Amino acid sequence: MSFHVRTVEPPRVEAPHIDLTARLGDVVLPNPVLTASGCAAAGRELAQFFDVADLGAVVTKSIMLAARSGRATPRMAETASGMLNSIGLQGPGIDAFLEHDLPWLHEHGARTVVSIAGGSVEEYAELARRLRGAPGMLALEVNISCPNVENRGLVFACDPDAAAAVVGAVRRHTAPAVPVLAKLSPDVTDIVSIARACVDAGADGLSMINTLLGMALDLDTMRPVLAGVTGGLSGRAIKPVAVRCIWQVHAALPQVPILGMGGVASGRDAVELVLAGASAVSVGTAIFHDPSAPVRVLAELTEVLDARGFTTLADAVGHAHRQ
Amino acid sequence: MSDGPLQVAGQVLSTKRVGAYHHLTLVAPGIAERTRPGHFVALATGGPDSGLTLRRAFSIYKVDTRGVYGGTVEVVLAVHGAGTAWLAVQHPHTPVDVVGPLGRPFSLPKDTQRGVSATLVGGGYGSAPLFALAEALRSRGCRVDFVLGAASADRLFGVLDAKRMASTVAVTTDDGTAGTRGRVTDVLPEVMAAAHSDVVYACGPMAMLQAVTAVAARRGVVAQCAVEESMACGIGVCMTCVLPVVGDDGQTRMVRSCVDGPVFPGDRVRWDDVGTVPAGTVGAPVAGGH
Repeated sequence: MSFHVRTVEPPRVEAPHIDLTARLGDVVLPNPVLTASGCAAAGRELAQFFDVADLGAVVTKSIMLAARSGRATPRMAETASGMLNSIGLQGPGIDAFLEHDLPWLHEHGARTVVSIAGGSVEEYAELARRLRGAPGMLALEVNISCPNVENRGLVFACDPDAAAAVVGAVRRHTAPAVPVLAKLSPDVTDIVSIARACVDAGADGLSMINTLLGMALDLDTMRPVLAGVTGGLSGRAIKPVAVRCIWQVHAALPQVPILGMGGVASGRDAVELVLAGASAVSVGTAIFHDPSAPVRVLAELTEVLDARGFTTLADAVGHAHRQ
Repeated sequence: MSDGPLQVAGQVLSTKRVGAYHHLTLVAPGIAERTRPGHFVALATGGPDSGLTLRRAFSIYKVDTRGVYGGTVEVVLAVHGAGTAWLAVQHPHTPVDVVGPLGRPFSLPKDTQRGVSATLVGGGYGSAPLFALAEALRSRGCRVDFVLGAASADRLFGVLDAKRMASTVAVTTDDGTAGTRGRVTDVLPEVMAAAHSDVVYACGPMAMLQAVTAVAARRGVVAQCAVEESMACGIGVCMTCVLPVVGDDGQTRMVRSCVDGPVFPGDRVRWDDVGTVPAGTVGAPVAGGH
């Protein structure tokens, strides 16, 4: 019996024969793989496993104005090919974020997409003001779709007017060179109408999809598993929903860049989202399973594109619509 | 970075039934050298096409830097669900991705001149990390006494290990099938008194850790408690394994047991409030919740 075991080395991230340049509005990324908000904290923990500067960008966990404890536990439940989470936007607040987290990312060469969340249009606007000119911030992702809020009526992304109000306010308070991405919820009747409202309000791009609202019961206690009762479903189980949402929005708004996410765990998954219309892709829940998933997905994506004869990522974006 | 966790494409070396538990040995080079008592590993389960999304976290029972097949890591598991059921039945050579060592280990007494007396309390297979700790303590000249408890005899783990290492070993079971019928805290005051305990280390269910903390406190001793919270990632990014802990500034925060723990001073954990966000916690909802 012999055992050949290797330490997992971060895979090579650049295949020289494919131009992986990704564009999100005016921002150009060296490659199209990012982390997904809420799955990479603010980068530090993942830097133990790979160089965060190797990613297209790090998308931070949504930050709010004040420190926030989040919800009670249990906060998660594993489900078939996925998980439910009910974190409740735990975070240190914008002051600590600007003092500790963003500078750390900047010092480590990470391009950073800062995700913000608020309970009111004013809170989003204030967050945008506080972040204006922050070194290292490449783009803003406006999380208008977190399902883990007390009042589902507060999910701005479920209403075109509310979504537009937030996006418009953030756009007005953000430097023109910094793209504003609106993060959309799949839990709507017509995602295209929400997407259109956000773009009309000034969104430079769209991030989709956030988690789907879900729930699990414990058959021993016969009560909800999550302390917060409902939670956001993520992981491979939701990839078909992501592909559908990206497909529909790209078909309707082909000029609007989409940062795609939802169940991406492999290069094949990432390419599927790209073919549907995503200009770049975030890796989220897969990180919990494999902390080096983002760099692995990047290496695999390069091979998958190459095997299909693509020489540039840009040619693959939305390719499925042109077949 | 040299002392941080590694991600290693490991393999199963062996699995073995131990009472109600399974003892799993993994070949996972590089991890042993970095491991200190109280560290844990997070294992991917179910194989490459698994629908199991989350890592399973296990206290490290033993490590060996010079195994025949390379460095090994040993854990003890109880079958609770699909992930642990999968791990329990794997044959040698099955690939298992290992991330570790993770977490903050037990603090060892700084005073190596005086023979510090340490009492180690384990509940069920929660005792697993205590044996490497006992060895580390003994190499520092500490006296070590064990209290091991479980629901029944088959749910005790490591009684023979303990007898090899400790000055005394007290065993309790809820049903009386081994040792004294009752809880670890029924015998702990006596053990601490006889050993003149200076420090208590404990690992096991939350209720046991809370009770051990209280018993230790009555003797003016702080219990270092390794908590068993369910985790999705084990590396600090998912924010699921939080519990309310009082900081040096007196403020309660929801802290991650994976990176700020799993070992906490027992007197800092708000045991009664685990599973809640107690009023006054930093960032707690003020009105209407969130």
